[in-house]
Amino acid sequence: MIAIIDYGVGNIFSLVSSFRRIGADISLTGDRKEIESAEKIILPGVGAFADAAEKLRETGLGSLVKEQAADGKPLLGICLGMQLLFERSMEYGEHEGLGLIEGDVVSMEPVVPEGYKVPQIGWNALHFPEGREKSDIFRNIGEGDYVYFVHSYYGTNCESSVIATTDYGAELTAAVQKDNVYGLQFHPEKSGDVGLDILRAFCEM
Amino acid sequence: MITKRIIPCLDVKDGRVVKGVNFKDLADVSSPVELGKYYSDHGADELVFYDITASAEGRQLFTDILREVASTIFIPLSVGGGIRTIDDFDRVLKCGADKVSVNSGAIANPDLIREAAEKYGNQCVVLSVDAARSGGHYTVFTKGGREDTGMDALEWIARGQEMGAGEIVLNSIDTDGVKKGFDLEMLKAVEEIAHVPVIASGGAGSIEDFITLFKEIPDIDAGLAASIFHFGEVSIADLKDRLAEEGIPVRPVRRAQ
Repeated sequence: MIAIIDYGVGNIFSLVSSFRRIGADISLTGDRKEIESAEKIILPGVGAFADAAEKLRETGLGSLVKEQAADGKPLLGICLGMQLLFERSMEYGEHEGLGLIEGDVVSMEPVVPEGYKVPQIGWNALHFPEGREKSDIFRNIGEGDYVYFVHSYYGTNCESSVIATTDYGAELTAAVQKDNVYGLQFHPEKSGDVGLDILRAFCEM
Repeated sequence: MITKRIIPCLDVKDGRVVKGVNFKDLADVSSPVELGKYYSDHGADELVFYDITASAEGRQLFTDILREVASTIFIPLSVGGGIRTIDDFDRVLKCGADKVSVNSGAIANPDLIREAAEKYGNQCVVLSVDAARSGGHYTVFTKGGREDTGMDALEWIARGQEMGAGEIVLNSIDTDGVKKGFDLEMLKAVEEIAHVPVIASGGAGSIEDFITLFKEIPDIDAGLAASIFHFGEVSIADLKDRLAEEGIPVRPVRRAQ
């Protein structure tokens, strides 16, 4: 069973539907026992970093997710859930994240060229960094496949964890991995067949 | 590179797609679920469902349908029509919509934009504006283009994005339904003040109209159309092939590998 962490942040309708589509056994849950017994964990999230980080703290789910990840359980953070894996975010002040991925989450505004709108909203191509073996979460997809992004902030100072980037006038982190911890900046649940193939790879781990 | 989005718009009344749709290979051309799936499978980058139902029963039917569409199709879904309150946002978001577009509801109560953006994030709030030339400038219309509010469209758009609208759909009433191309002049004026994505709507009659749109206004993010897709006059696959030939970045209908 895959536990999708329910901590009252964002709309997970499509995420749940996507896992159902690929036949995964999922449970949307905030229950400690259930999360502990899950084989894998998904950390979703949409909205503001500070609110979400606070909710993870309040509920104790943040430290539970960290413990589970430290035990080697596959963990996938999606969109804001990915950003929460980082050490800190500079979204409206400085806020602490879970610290599972080394690096910071910062606004893309200073790095994208003039004329590029922030947030980046739309379909953009994934590029796998050269000289690094393709991450197993991407084993069902190819270089240049398109996925759907909606974000104003991105992960930086995380070079050793970057497993995919996207070109938005500047090279932005699209996905990270450190051992069993994965993060996707884009929305696989909104990225058509490519997105389902990514989720399928995670389920098959 | 981020791609230009091609977005078909489906008008739904009492749970059925209206405005004749003409696909021979669909068993039920009025089913929002079948049509949504068809477009999703054939290269649409996003879908817009516009609820033109008047009754409460019809609205319930719409949300049931929306739930079914959203659990079948894994591309972004925008929903509009009759959105007047935060409860309306809540209702459609719970059924799987990713974005909610406001039009008359935001004109009647501009705070709706701010409230919704604070609660659900800017990316969720789409400001849809029906505009036409009137007295030497662009004004905002309501009631499906029948009533001139007298409000300056550019000022309204600037205000809307300031309050938190994450995208703008500009529908030119002057070119809508004429099928002679998008309203480039009006769209250029909007692009000059917009710092969020702008979706062009109204006037698409051919593939060339999309090429002209993206070439003349490179900052435009997306083109939205209804009847040319519904009647099969233009397939999204052909449209995207041509756009790609012209050097306009699009997400290919078929994957490379």
